[in-house]
Amino acid sequence: MSEKKQPVSRRQFLNYSLTGVGGFMAASMLAPMVRFAIDPVLEATSGSEMHAVVDVSEITTEPQRFDWTVNQVDAWYTSDVTKSAWVYKDENDEIVALSPTCKHLGCAVSWASNPDYPEEFFCPCHEGRYYKSGLNVPDTPPNAALDLFEYEVKDGTLHLGNIVENTVQEGGA
Amino acid sequence: MLQKIYDWIDDRVDITPLWRDIADHEVPEHVNPAHHFSAFVYCFGGLTFFVTVIQILSGMFLTMYYVPDIENAWRSVYYLQTEVAHGQIVRGMHHWGASVVIVMLFLHTLRVFFQGAYKKPRELNWMVGVLLFFVMLALGLTGYLLPWDNKAYFATVVTLEIAEGVPVIGEMTKTLLNGDPSIVGAQTLARFFAIHVFFLPAALFVLMGIHFIMIRKQGISGPL
Repeated sequence: MSEKKQPVSRRQFLNYSLTGVGGFMAASMLAPMVRFAIDPVLEATSGSEMHAVVDVSEITTEPQRFDWTVNQVDAWYTSDVTKSAWVYKDENDEIVALSPTCKHLGCAVSWASNPDYPEEFFCPCHEGRYYKSGLNVPDTPPNAALDLFEYEVKDGTLHLGNIVENTVQEGGA
Repeated sequence: MLQKIYDWIDDRVDITPLWRDIADHEVPEHVNPAHHFSAFVYCFGGLTFFVTVIQILSGMFLTMYYVPDIENAWRSVYYLQTEVAHGQIVRGMHHWGASVVIVMLFLHTLRVFFQGAYKKPRELNWMVGVLLFFVMLALGLTGYLLPWDNKAYFATVVTLEIAEGVPVIGEMTKTLLNGDPSIVGAQTLARFFAIHVFFLPAALFVLMGIHFIMIRKQGISGPL
């Protein structure tokens, strides 16, 4: 028999089929397990939910910290988690609700907590600073403005929802 | 491409003899079902190993969600089974595989017994096999408690009673397994988990290694 008639030898054929069958078996065994493991990555994030935070009349032009409680479902563990926001009314009487999470490494910032910077948000971890609008002060560690909360006012009460990016360009009042 | 990578490595560390030694060995005619179909009885050892591999893999993946804590064990199992994609399949593999592995192990033992394959010079391998059998039973027993449902709990209560029935050291053995002289609870679950995922698998790997090295060294027993 010539080489032309048999481009695949008996040995090669057996090798290929055994590798193929073995590969198929291994894949069908591993597929459910891998899908199982990567499930948290593929799971869709839950939609926005608004939570009542504070009566609008309490909001002033000075940023104040308000806390509220969210019922958090963490797989098989359910608990109440406290969240906070720095809320004030800007010069146009618009409500601004800033996330207290520093954009540098995630510590909690607070308003006027450093006597050297009375009109700024200050992060104690690495002295990150933000203007009142949430914009990061140049040449301090953070490289983005503090995030904003989505908000709506219902029946005179401020409701806060998801965190959104803050696109502010100016320092603010 | 793959060939080139292989050659590059083989050039430097000479890995070919390593895998050839494991993969290339003659299958005697009396063990080959293509020659005598009845030779299929020789497959049970390999099948036991195959199912053991499934058990190890599925078990590793299950611990990504499972927590060995009396408050959360059942809930985490329920969660991974109902909420996580393919959770039911992965847990099902581990659950049914546990039974299948015992069946395969038993068939393998029967074959070796009725063929007299345990006789000289393979007595040591038979002994190691018996130890492997005990380790497997212990794995099944400790794993049974982990879902922390009623069946698991009361089966373990009975198991511990049996352990207590051992003369002289019974009570000590029970407390050792239980983690507490009387309460079957938090400590029991944590202990059984540790035994199930660390201690017994470690023993299993060592014994399997010895089992396999010996069979390669001595070869499969001759035809009847």
